[in-house]
Amino acid sequence: MSDMTSSGQMLAADGTPLKTSLARALRRQKLRALALIAPLLLFVVITFIVPIATMLFRSVENQIVSSTMPQAVELLQQWDSATGVAPDEAVYQALYFDLFKAAEAKEHTKLGTRLNYEQTGTSSLFRTSGRKLDDVGELWQDPIEDIAPALKDGETWFAMMSGTGSNTVLEERRALWASLVEEPFAGDVGITISDEIAQMLPLTTAAYADWAIYEAIEDGKDISKRDPWEAVYAGLGLDLRSDATVRAVNAYTGPHAADLQLLTANLDQMPNTMFKDAFAEMDEDWLDPEVWEAIKIYSPNYTSGYFLNAVDMKKGVETAEMRPENQQIYITLFKRTLWMSLVITASCIILGYPVAWLLANLPMRTANVLMILVLLPFWTSLLVRTSAWKVLLQQQGVINEILVWLGFVDDANRLILMNNATGTVIAMTHILMPFMILPLYSVMKTIPPSYLRAAKSLGATNFTAFRRVYFPQSVPGIGAGSILVFILAIGYYITPEIVGGTDGVLISNRIAYHISSSLNWGLAAALGSILLALVMVLYWLYDRIVGIDNVKLGG
Amino acid sequence: MQIKNIVSAVSVLALMAGTASADGEMANDMTLVSWGGAYQQSQINAYADPYVAMNEGVSVTWDESSAEAVAKLRAMNEAGNITWDVVDVVASDALRLCDEGLALEIDADEDLAPAPDGTSAADDFGDLMVGDCFIPQIVYSTTFGYRTDMVPAGVEPPNDICDVFDIDTYPGLRSLEKRPINNVEWALLCDGVAKEDVYDVLETEEGQERALAKLGTIKDNVIWWSAGADTPQLLADGEVFIGSTYNGRLFAAIEEQDQPIGMMWDAQVFDLDGWIIPEGLSDERLARAKDFIYFATDTQRLADQAKYISYGPARLSSAPLVGQHATLGIDMAQHMPTDPANAQNTFLYNYEFWADYRDDIDAKFQAWLAQ
Repeated sequence: MSDMTSSGQMLAADGTPLKTSLARALRRQKLRALALIAPLLLFVVITFIVPIATMLFRSVENQIVSSTMPQAVELLQQWDSATGVAPDEAVYQALYFDLFKAAEAKEHTKLGTRLNYEQTGTSSLFRTSGRKLDDVGELWQDPIEDIAPALKDGETWFAMMSGTGSNTVLEERRALWASLVEEPFAGDVGITISDEIAQMLPLTTAAYADWAIYEAIEDGKDISKRDPWEAVYAGLGLDLRSDATVRAVNAYTGPHAADLQLLTANLDQMPNTMFKDAFAEMDEDWLDPEVWEAIKIYSPNYTSGYFLNAVDMKKGVETAEMRPENQQIYITLFKRTLWMSLVITASCIILGYPVAWLLANLPMRTANVLMILVLLPFWTSLLVRTSAWKVLLQQQGVINEILVWLGFVDDANRLILMNNATGTVIAMTHILMPFMILPLYSVMKTIPPSYLRAAKSLGATNFTAFRRVYFPQSVPGIGAGSILVFILAIGYYITPEIVGGTDGVLISNRIAYHISSSLNWGLAAALGSILLALVMVLYWLYDRIVGIDNVKLGG
Repeated sequence: MQIKNIVSAVSVLALMAGTASADGEMANDMTLVSWGGAYQQSQINAYADPYVAMNEGVSVTWDESSAEAVAKLRAMNEAGNITWDVVDVVASDALRLCDEGLALEIDADEDLAPAPDGTSAADDFGDLMVGDCFIPQIVYSTTFGYRTDMVPAGVEPPNDICDVFDIDTYPGLRSLEKRPINNVEWALLCDGVAKEDVYDVLETEEGQERALAKLGTIKDNVIWWSAGADTPQLLADGEVFIGSTYNGRLFAAIEEQDQPIGMMWDAQVFDLDGWIIPEGLSDERLARAKDFIYFATDTQRLADQAKYISYGPARLSSAPLVGQHATLGIDMAQHMPTDPANAQNTFLYNYEFWADYRDDIDAKFQAWLAQ
């Protein structure tokens, strides 16, 4: 109330409007609070959110195709897979130069592996072809070196390619390398490529620039002394197939023009191999339109392919279609995971409820002992507990032995309790039990025993008193326990892996398989994203039906 | 959870290794990756312990991740942080790693010790040096062991690979590895394919389906294993009648633990195991790794390993030095997979085929398994 301006605005002691001053004070308080939680926030963001986000990003990321074979992919866009005929020579020519680079940098097998997820056989196609690429370049290298022996020598090449110019080709190729190897490839290559040569012999220049960048920056060599790789000779051979280029070479006067003119004078000795034939000779599959179709479908930088795979579908040219019956597994696994998690949650409720009731209602001393019995397994290593179940459940294990000894089970027909779904349910129910008992216990602790007594004194039977009075009050505990158990169960991995055999494994085992064995991280990420979405949907459903406010962990 | 712990522990160690050696020429800490169990123990006895005794201040950390070496090296490479110094892998994995530029190329004559008689390392290892990155260590075989006391009365013990597929004569569970390698070859052999045609048949889709169909005849009777120690354990517990595993594991179960297990050597599959050095190590760590490799793959060391486990040394010059088991005192020669009595019918594992086709067939096999 101190001051009041003529406009009716309230002012603080220092003359600023009270509203601003208050807001400032509040903001300071908020910042202080933020500073207090900043370490935790930072920790969570760096170690949890960022890795998960980047992992999930892999489920749509697909740069590898366009970064490994950029030129071929660009030309392939013109090709129509519906024709059922393999693409034409230009694509194969681009493929050769792309693949040659990739093979030198050992990146081609990664692309083969990537495409193999969609089209089996591609992995071996890329691997075997990678080993044979050198032979193709030698088709040109040998005659060129025979005709113009000076071109054997790296120094000749360096002198021939050097000159004045803007080096645009070099920078373009550097960018391609950078996206292929995912390194900046920054640094001085040690050459300025002559603009005249770049214009006259474009393929040669591109191949030479590729080699020079790789040699100078990746291997740290002085390129003026080194011999270029085979693709450069192939490029020269191809350039000289054009009459215009031959005329230009014949009129050329730059360094080593004489050597180039030796070549144009002996064009009849150069091979007229087509790359399409060369690739077909490496592996017939290169003529298979299906391979090219897969490459074209997966050439965009982002793809829905992994998600489609995760629901047993396959990406086609325009539409997605179901996979053949004998390759469908994920929907089955998702269903099984949900179903088994439900069964496990239900058995945890049935077995855990009486235990929690005892804990809450026994005298303190006995309850404490019982509590330790509940917590002791909780503190034991997960692996130890699971391995213990293995010993108990196997066919020659403790449970079967006792049953046989008691005569309940015939020795020849022992129960199969593990390496199947039964084993997973038994072991996981035990392992997740504390997550059910503890919330139940803390909720039951808060239900006054006098309510039950009051119900009974009003004439209710034991059962009615439980059903109408006690049980409804313990429901929030069941809710909390169920959410905990269900969500933990849905992502469980190690226990099903050990006791689940083949029909007791869950979707998380497939995710682990794709992360560590098949190395299909994109598919693993897609499966993980779907699992995450499923949990969120179920949580939302639960909130709608039961209401999340009804969940209590205690108090 | 556990794997994460190991990885972080290893990276902490590697970090320490990096700082400890800032002034030295070679790193003092080294992480070796192997397969665990009796095999890793034989490497500790024959290589690591003597090496540490010779080089004061060097400490060795072991990581039992060889089964996932390709995946983990790929992940480490993407993260730009290689925490392993020397990795034990099978030949086909070495080829894959080499193809992808994840393993260092080796110059046999420079990086490896010559034989005592002066033969160069390249000649001493001979054909076993597959690819450019692989340093062979042992020849092992994947073969079968069976419970001698579970052979049905009046029936000969199994001595033919096809007995594995014969549920009527030999009832009981089998344990097979949870991957297509070896299983599909055996299935084709027992489906009437001649030994020399197996890989030609496997190249085709029909051949792959055929192998899976044959495996399908015993699918309900199979426990699938993923760790080499599983089959000896399952046999010892009497859970399975017959199971495949590495011959050295069976040797340990039979001779060292006196289990009632018999060997069935028919159609045993020879394979190679050895070291690779990951690409991308710092100079100090690389120097240490190379120094260790030079020592651990010389003639005497390879022969020493055979004292602890029944795998054949990869060097020609080591063979005559193989003697008796270090503690049991039994003659090791007759337990080697290469012993003429054991090697009457062997199957040569084609690692190049598997380097090329593994992704394809693995995908089909895993889908088949999950159905």
